[in-house]
Amino acid sequence: MIADQLPALQIVIPMLAAPLCVLIRRSFVCWCIAVLANVLVLATSWAIFKQVQSEGVIRYALGGWAAPTGIEYYIDSMNAIMLLLVSFISCVVVVYAHETVRKSVQTGKHYLFYAAWMLCLTGLLGISITGDAFNVFVFLEISSLSMYMLIAFGSDRRALSASFRYLIMGSIGASFILIGIGFLYAATGALNMVDIASRIPDAQSQRAVLVAFSFLTIGLMIKSAVFPLHGWLANAYQHAPIAVTAFLAGTATKVSLYVLLRFFFSIFGTNYSFGGMLLNVVLLPAAVAGFVLMSLVAIFQSDLRRMLAYSSVAQIGYIIAAFCLASQAGLTAGIVHIINHGIIKTALFMSVGCIIYRVGHAHSDSLDNLFKKMPFTVCAFIFSGLGLIGVPLTAGFISKFSLISASMERGWWMIGVLVLLSSLFAIVYVGRVVEIMLFRKARTDNPQPTGLREAPLLMLVPMYVLLAVSVWVGISGSATLSVASDAAAALLGGYQ
Amino acid sequence: MSLLAPPFIYMLAALLCPLLSSRHRALLLLIVPVLGFISLLSFSYGHHAVFHVLGFELTFMRVDKLSMIFSIIFSIAALLGGIYSWHVRDHIQQIATLVYAGAAIGGVLAGDLISLFLYWEATAVASVFLIWARRSAASYATGMRYLIIQVLSGVLLLAGLLLHYNDTGSIAFDHLGLVSLGTWLIFIGFGIKCAFPLMHNWLQDSYPAATVTGTVILSAFTTKMAVYALARGYAGTEILIYIGAVMTLFPIFFAEIENDLRRVLAYSLNNQLGFMVVGVGIGTEMALNGTAAHAFCHILYKALLFMSVGAVLYRTGTSKASELGGLYKTMPVTMVCCLVGAASISAFPLFSGFVSKSLILDASAKNSYYVVWFALVVASAGVLSHSGIKIPYFTFFAHDSGKRPAEAPVHMRIAMIATAVLCVLIGIFPGALYALLPYDVEYKPYTVSHVLAQMQLLCFALLAFVFLMRKGLHPPEVRGVNLDSDWLYRKLAPGLMPSIVGLVALRVTAMQDAGVKAVSGLIKRISFLARPGGMLAVSWGVNSMVLVVTVMMLIVLLFNLL
Repeated sequence: MIADQLPALQIVIPMLAAPLCVLIRRSFVCWCIAVLANVLVLATSWAIFKQVQSEGVIRYALGGWAAPTGIEYYIDSMNAIMLLLVSFISCVVVVYAHETVRKSVQTGKHYLFYAAWMLCLTGLLGISITGDAFNVFVFLEISSLSMYMLIAFGSDRRALSASFRYLIMGSIGASFILIGIGFLYAATGALNMVDIASRIPDAQSQRAVLVAFSFLTIGLMIKSAVFPLHGWLANAYQHAPIAVTAFLAGTATKVSLYVLLRFFFSIFGTNYSFGGMLLNVVLLPAAVAGFVLMSLVAIFQSDLRRMLAYSSVAQIGYIIAAFCLASQAGLTAGIVHIINHGIIKTALFMSVGCIIYRVGHAHSDSLDNLFKKMPFTVCAFIFSGLGLIGVPLTAGFISKFSLISASMERGWWMIGVLVLLSSLFAIVYVGRVVEIMLFRKARTDNPQPTGLREAPLLMLVPMYVLLAVSVWVGISGSATLSVASDAAAALLGGYQ
Repeated sequence: MSLLAPPFIYMLAALLCPLLSSRHRALLLLIVPVLGFISLLSFSYGHHAVFHVLGFELTFMRVDKLSMIFSIIFSIAALLGGIYSWHVRDHIQQIATLVYAGAAIGGVLAGDLISLFLYWEATAVASVFLIWARRSAASYATGMRYLIIQVLSGVLLLAGLLLHYNDTGSIAFDHLGLVSLGTWLIFIGFGIKCAFPLMHNWLQDSYPAATVTGTVILSAFTTKMAVYALARGYAGTEILIYIGAVMTLFPIFFAEIENDLRRVLAYSLNNQLGFMVVGVGIGTEMALNGTAAHAFCHILYKALLFMSVGAVLYRTGTSKASELGGLYKTMPVTMVCCLVGAASISAFPLFSGFVSKSLILDASAKNSYYVVWFALVVASAGVLSHSGIKIPYFTFFAHDSGKRPAEAPVHMRIAMIATAVLCVLIGIFPGALYALLPYDVEYKPYTVSHVLAQMQLLCFALLAFVFLMRKGLHPPEVRGVNLDSDWLYRKLAPGLMPSIVGLVALRVTAMQDAGVKAVSGLIKRISFLARPGGMLAVSWGVNSMVLVVTVMMLIVLLFNLL
């Protein structure tokens, strides 16, 4: 009985947890509720993932109203991956958040923090699960609004302006998406994704479809922070509360990338998006410029979070470039990198969060010989940093390898070469920090706080759980690849 | 069983390291090579440790005679390095040593290109920590350059192997030959690690910059792994003969005028690699035997020389010829060991270099590469001059520097004596070494003509040195920085001195200058945008972000409407 209602539970649990937090208001209890809800969500998404693997696509009519009238949840292997990724990362980070919230968020407002977190999770999961185009927009707004709020919780006033900038850009993006969906509705008369997809071939010649496509492209590019529309990202990552940065980096952009995949490949179809619409003429140069230039920018950053933020833009460039290959191998590479980068970058931001928690900030010039004081944190940073570079036996290598071999298979040598070049940049920006933390002698003019010690256990444990998963992904390799390849096949095959 | 393959033992031990106290870690550095060696011997010839990963069949243990001799000498080198670095308490160095040695052994045992690549990258990443561990600004910059070049080599290998896989559908690491773009890329990747001419600077740049013990460890593995890879994939590729001949010759001049003795050794390392590369290029059974034997001996005596100069550096704080001299009075053991190493590298009869180098020389003569043979003979004389005489002479004799350092620590002496004994034993009883070689040998190094020819060569080289010293013509040991072709990329650092070369060189330089200027200009321009405050790195205002959105929208619409 419950097994049939899993898709609804996935959304309902966090959605109910949010008001519950607001009603209870006690910081610790709210955190417990958030963790509990998140564990349940994780269990649900795991069950859904297993079910999709064994039985194929799940179609769930919400409230019992069938598709054209009601909202349908449509879960194929791609959605299942996103649900699992989002709920896993959120679960790990929300455990981690406890200490950081106590330290940096105003005491009376903790319950709002957790409520906003739950709403954001609801939104992100909703986007990943729904099969209705307008519903995507609704959930997108839920997640974005709560995310603006979460960012504004940041301890320093710059968080407010960062949040505001994100709000403006996010709203522009969201309205572009809404306009796009509106035009699609006008052209096809449907909001259900499966229906839209089946009517697109007849409506292709209409200008409305074309305009819808353009608006959606730009809207989704803003939301997923594709270069040059990434302007909101660096400040938001740098000034948000540390747990929020980790959460945001691992999930928000990834979910937007999923929507992009869904629209380009399933709804409009590969031939339309990458053949008729010349999408790769626009998207591919942006992606390539993104990963080369942003890796370069990351080298010069002295604030670790800002450095990682630019590196995120670069990594998104990899993912988009992989999509632009528009082949089975390319999509697989992109999806694998969505998973791997989500995990690795979250782990990196968590370790940087531990540093900020103890040191107070994360300027690279005050981390001299940090290894002596915080060995576990630094180790976590190094290992996930190696993953970011793509050193063999880490998760990052699997993505890099599959991306390069996909680009070679397509015959686009330059992409492979540039990916390798920018991974050399990654060595520099990660290596620079590693060298400082391991070898540089502590200077006298820039002392670290006295009594500096390892981060609390409640922060270390979730971080190492995430790290363990990334190591497992790196070593087993084929596990994620086969899942991603299923998802890619589902996307390329279109709706049945 | 296959999980206990030597490289895995090293990696496992590296994982254990953080849990142990520093003394136990030092002990681990001794135990692991022994364990690895035992495990190595327990494998029969053939393929072991085959895993299926990412749809590929990866062979982590391909045991045959060629891979065997390299992994044996790597195990020995790891053990000797472990003894020599007994005093090191820095766990980063200890872990890096284990991972590095394990990866190098794994590299020569890898049966396919992908697992080779895995280890290839692992050596690069692990070894850089031995350089950074010196903890100075200079070693940081050097380490970064080293890392980038090493990873570049791995990247070329990866690109090449993917191309090769696309072409042939096979990832097996057997004879490749220069047949396609893919194999060329792999070749260049190998070449970087093997320090081919013009790709060699990382070696002289980084080895002298590492810690005392780090240099000893570094000198053993990376380049010899590359020699192995060349021998496996490109035996008999003719271009290698000429590359190798050039490699034996050009470092001589740099080594002659260089003042930092560890850098002299780095140049002579490069020159010795040349002999091995020539052997690979000739590619006959005898030549490959020579390459393997020479790699074996070379690792030992080069480690010995680095150890003795390292001991001097450890005691006196300098390895500059101009600041040393007269140390024989207080460091006799180190001096004797250094002399043994010097005699071995100059191929005196009864020392190890003699029995291995003559294999390569004879192979080149037998296959009618007389010019190459002559080049090698000249290079041999050069080796004697800069490594055989210069190193011990300026360190332990020459003018008295007044320094009276204590003898090297006990563990260093043990390591040096053990290495020296091995060098002499191999020289006297070459049969044991020959039995390990990849092909059966019918070779007698101690014939009258061999010994006579070699002694003549050595005597005249000695004579030349004495003559030059007496006449004051020998390049004096002065402080200075010698320009090598690495100024090409180091010039990007501001304030490097202009180079003074001949007319032809000037013209070449002008062209290079223009190229460098164009590249550095481009880099400067991009990094100007990327630096903090540059256009790409600054937080854009909301209005400019919206402007970008509008422009992008226009572009998208434009493309879509057309």
